[in-house]
Amino acid sequence: MSWKLKQVSFKAWIEWAILLLFILFFMGPLINLLVLAFSGKWQYPAILPQEWSFTWWAYVFQQNEVIESISLSFGIATVVTLLSIVICLPAAYAFARIRFRLSKMFLFSFLLTHAFPKMGLYVSIAVLFFKLHLMNTFMGVVLIHMVNTLMYMTWIPASAFKSVHQSQEESARDVGAGPFRVFWHITLPMALPGIVVASIFTFLSSLDEAQGTFMVGIPDFRTMPLIMYTIVQNYPTTAGGVFSIILTLPTILLLLAARRFINADVMSSGFTMK
Amino acid sequence: MYDDDESTATAFNPQLSKNIKTGDGVKGVSLDVFKGELVTLLGPSGCGKTTVLRAVGGFLEPDSGDIRIEGRSVLKVPPEKRPTAMVFQSYNLWPHMTVYDNLAFGLKIRGRKKEEIRAAVDKVLHLVRLPGTENKMPSQLSGGQQQRIAVARALLLDPAVLLLDEPFSALDAKLRLEMREELREIQSSTGLTMVFVTHDQEEALSISDRIVVMNSGRIEQLDPPQRIYDHPESLFVAQFIGRMNFLPARGEGGMVDIQGRRFKAERPVEDDVTAAIRPEDIFLLDAEEAKEQPSFQATIRQVMVLGHYAEVTADTVAGPVKLFVPREQAATLEHGQSVPIGFMRVTAFHR
Repeated sequence: MSWKLKQVSFKAWIEWAILLLFILFFMGPLINLLVLAFSGKWQYPAILPQEWSFTWWAYVFQQNEVIESISLSFGIATVVTLLSIVICLPAAYAFARIRFRLSKMFLFSFLLTHAFPKMGLYVSIAVLFFKLHLMNTFMGVVLIHMVNTLMYMTWIPASAFKSVHQSQEESARDVGAGPFRVFWHITLPMALPGIVVASIFTFLSSLDEAQGTFMVGIPDFRTMPLIMYTIVQNYPTTAGGVFSIILTLPTILLLLAARRFINADVMSSGFTMK
Repeated sequence: MYDDDESTATAFNPQLSKNIKTGDGVKGVSLDVFKGELVTLLGPSGCGKTTVLRAVGGFLEPDSGDIRIEGRSVLKVPPEKRPTAMVFQSYNLWPHMTVYDNLAFGLKIRGRKKEEIRAAVDKVLHLVRLPGTENKMPSQLSGGQQQRIAVARALLLDPAVLLLDEPFSALDAKLRLEMREELREIQSSTGLTMVFVTHDQEEALSISDRIVVMNSGRIEQLDPPQRIYDHPESLFVAQFIGRMNFLPARGEGGMVDIQGRRFKAERPVEDDVTAAIRPEDIFLLDAEEAKEQPSFQATIRQVMVLGHYAEVTADTVAGPVKLFVPREQAATLEHGQSVPIGFMRVTAFHR
């Protein structure tokens, strides 16, 4: 009996140790960042800072370009998300419902932008944008962000629409709802989880985008990640810590808010080719 | 075949055809359904029965032909404007709405008043024996209950024709029997015209006023259940409905010759034919009877007692046959025993 108890507790110990290791591995850098952001003076051998302070927070928020970049980033992300919804949802619905020739190839083509080195793609897009006078414009930045978001916004909602059984739409037609009403009252609410997840991804990936923005938006459209580069290069790491928290915060808040929609099912079914 | 008689609820033009690439096409289906009647479309999968039903509901457009409901052609009418309501095989409740909202959806679209809707929903829930479930979500109901709500939703629309597409095939056997009876009760209390699609011949036989047996897109036979069972008009119907023994034979006008024994044929046939005999039409004979009528010596191969009767498999010169024997009689039969048997009724079909 006591032998068994001992064995169980040994197993539990191992489990705890592994869990701890994981926490350290995943959360360690984030915790370090958090501590860094609030430290005044922190020299090497010490585990915790010798001085805590909000100096760098005050500094970061005094920088006009920082405040501007935050509002610009959120503005761009909102426009990108809304535009992606408007453009991609009908496409996703078509992929889910209409069987047309080469539909699988079209769906697959959305992967292409993710298959090549981004920089090469952006350079060739920039050449095109020069001709179209889209360089250094709001619209140009939005378009370059959408290059990345089209895939999420089409694949995930397409699978969400596909999971709405056709006979559920037909029975709504049957009781007297026209096609538009069926979509609004039946199809859309049932596919909503997938659409929400895709929208959050779109929003976050737009917040995070740096390469394309750097190519197209400089000098007037400096988003959060671009400012981040400058700050990391030109100021002490503490300022970088503060700024990366500001950059991470919306991500965490959004994911928390949407966590009832996000599960492995939605994700994996979004990325299957059927 | 049809006229503009008031009693005609649905009519299909003789040329109703629909070609579908998967082979579920329908050719030249012509059918009148009368008011208050329950007509079943019966056939194996892919025979086109669902195609016909979906064409009536407005979910498929026939390539040619006409569909009339109460004398009016509905061919150009979209499903939401047709006087039909459909109960689907499964997946037909909307999972994000409560039972009440599921039921009220159609009525809200029609702009009914709130109190009116509430009263109608309450009434129909009593009809399907699920009162008090208004605020439940569909996922909280069992499969049978969900299908009853689906029937209720269709009934609320007060349709001229209720279309049912294998509505009970996803339910277990016991529940299926219950639902069958309930549907029959609802039909007799509401007097609704119903078109029912199933591949289950027992279900078709038990609930229908008339059965349409379909095979590869055509109608094989259209008759009341008893007539379909007793007088199948084609080999396919004989094979599809009920149990049947098939023996090679020769037709001689009104008679059928099976291995030299001559029986009266239910329908006249000539040359090489297949004789069909129901297991309940084969009898064990005693020595006297065997002399008086055409008989076969049958060697008992297997006796399976199935409750109040036994299913006996025996070999004859004409081939193996199955027959149903009362339980007491079956007790006297042994494996390998040779007994004389006679056929009560023989139908023959050209091959």
